[in-house]
Amino acid sequence: MAYSDKVLDHYENPRNVGTLDTADLDVGTGMVGAPACGDVMRLQIKVGNDGRIEDARFKTYGCGSAIASSSLITEWVKGKTLSQALEIKNSQIAEELALPPVKVHCSVLAEDAIRAAIADYQSKQSTAAEGYVACDPPYVVKATA
Amino acid sequence: MQTIKLVQPTSEQPVYLDYSATTPVDPRVADKMIPYLTRDFGNPASRSHHFGWSAEAAVETAREQVAALVRANPKEIIWTSGATESNNLAIKGAARFYLKKGRHLVTVKTEHKAVLDSMRELEREGFEITYLTPESNGLLDVEKFAAALRPDTILASVMFVNNEIGVIQDINALGAHCRQHGVIFHVDAAQATGKVEINLDKLPVDLMSFSAHKTYGPKGIGALYVRRKPRIRIEAQMHGGGHERGMRSGTLATHQIVGMGEAYRIAREEMHLENARIGRLRDKLLIGLSDLEEVFINGDLQQRIAHNLNISFNYVEGESLMMAMKGIAVSSGSACTSSSLEPSYVLRALGRPDELAHSSIRFTLGRYTTEQEIDYAIGVIKTQIQKLRGLSPLWDMFKAGVDINSVQWAAH
Repeated sequence: MAYSDKVLDHYENPRNVGTLDTADLDVGTGMVGAPACGDVMRLQIKVGNDGRIEDARFKTYGCGSAIASSSLITEWVKGKTLSQALEIKNSQIAEELALPPVKVHCSVLAEDAIRAAIADYQSKQSTAAEGYVACDPPYVVKATA
Repeated sequence: MQTIKLVQPTSEQPVYLDYSATTPVDPRVADKMIPYLTRDFGNPASRSHHFGWSAEAAVETAREQVAALVRANPKEIIWTSGATESNNLAIKGAARFYLKKGRHLVTVKTEHKAVLDSMRELEREGFEITYLTPESNGLLDVEKFAAALRPDTILASVMFVNNEIGVIQDINALGAHCRQHGVIFHVDAAQATGKVEINLDKLPVDLMSFSAHKTYGPKGIGALYVRRKPRIRIEAQMHGGGHERGMRSGTLATHQIVGMGEAYRIAREEMHLENARIGRLRDKLLIGLSDLEEVFINGDLQQRIAHNLNISFNYVEGESLMMAMKGIAVSSGSACTSSSLEPSYVLRALGRPDELAHSSIRFTLGRYTTEQEIDYAIGVIKTQIQKLRGLSPLWDMFKAGVDINSVQWAAH
């Protein structure tokens, strides 16, 4: 089971690893998965005044495919509006990274993570989330440089 | 036997630290085997000509070599295709032979799948199995074991050395209880040969499974010890010609058998010095990794073979660590590395929380492991753990003082 070059590339050259200030009103945070499953992704987006995602950061506890899926999605959402970001499908991630069938669930989790982050942002703006239940991060994290 | 590594390890030619998965065939063993492929190729069962006689002689020499390592009588060694077959033959063979005496068997949750799946198969046939849970250090409590033996128990199976965590069970004490209760005692010794002293003259063991490829022999050959005094009977699982005293039919693979014999001869002669050297290297690896935070050893450190180090690196997932450790070949207890997506059942049975099972790496050292390889491994592991913890949201939470067990995780 060799890792695809793209998956390895995301690990060797990580983009967008880090944290944004959870307390910031422009920041939406989504944390999905569970340690018991071996997969936890935390995805954060910073939305600009024009309604576009101007920055995104991630941290992932999980296998190489999980790290690559969450890394890739932070790349893809930058510059998109929220509704454009919601259109991203896990199958696109799986195809881009050439994930084998047994790893497709990692791309599903990444899609869940972006939805959770968007829902969190929207609930902060008092805009009704579309029935998606996200978990509130249980602590406040200072933004890292 | 030192091999010289001249180049930096890469993912194409990594440092091998997965000896419990399999071992390279010792060149001395390979040399012994080859003539039996093209020159002395006779069928050992051909009684009427020299081709057969010379093959048979080689088989019997190998039988003596295997018996010598474990202090058995050569007549008590029968050849199989490997420890998996030996386990199947011992468990199913004995259960079916003795089923009039009772239908209850006892084993341990941490056994190899070859034992557990054989037991499951017997359950389907109407036998009753008790699967004991070991203590958190991986060792079986002898009193709990004794308490599980009933008047209708016919067989108990406990492995000598565990393949994942390397712990050594107290076979002598467990066997003594079996004797008292009239229970046949089977021991899977696939990971034990060449690593611990095995003296079947003294050990109260009735059936013992052996593998060649864990002891620098070829894959596809193993053996089963079947005690003659007192005589243990098993029903054959492979029929067709009555080879191996009727217990296992099939033409003997002379070259494989010669290989196993030679591997076991080398083990008997070299194991003491070899294990001392390997123990020093394993301890060096352990000390080298001990100054990392949140590192947990799985399984008892004392009652353990010198070759094994099974560690959980908290907040880092095992498969991502294996991918990151490009130049090193190891195994993990993480779900991501199993096709069933379940974490290691051995670590689960120890009571380890799932995230520690997902974060576990098994390092197993062997005959050709060098000190440079250990130094290289320590360097790589430390760097990559640092990097992966930098990527991990759980590490952030730990550093922020959050109790991760109290978090409500979004169901997925």
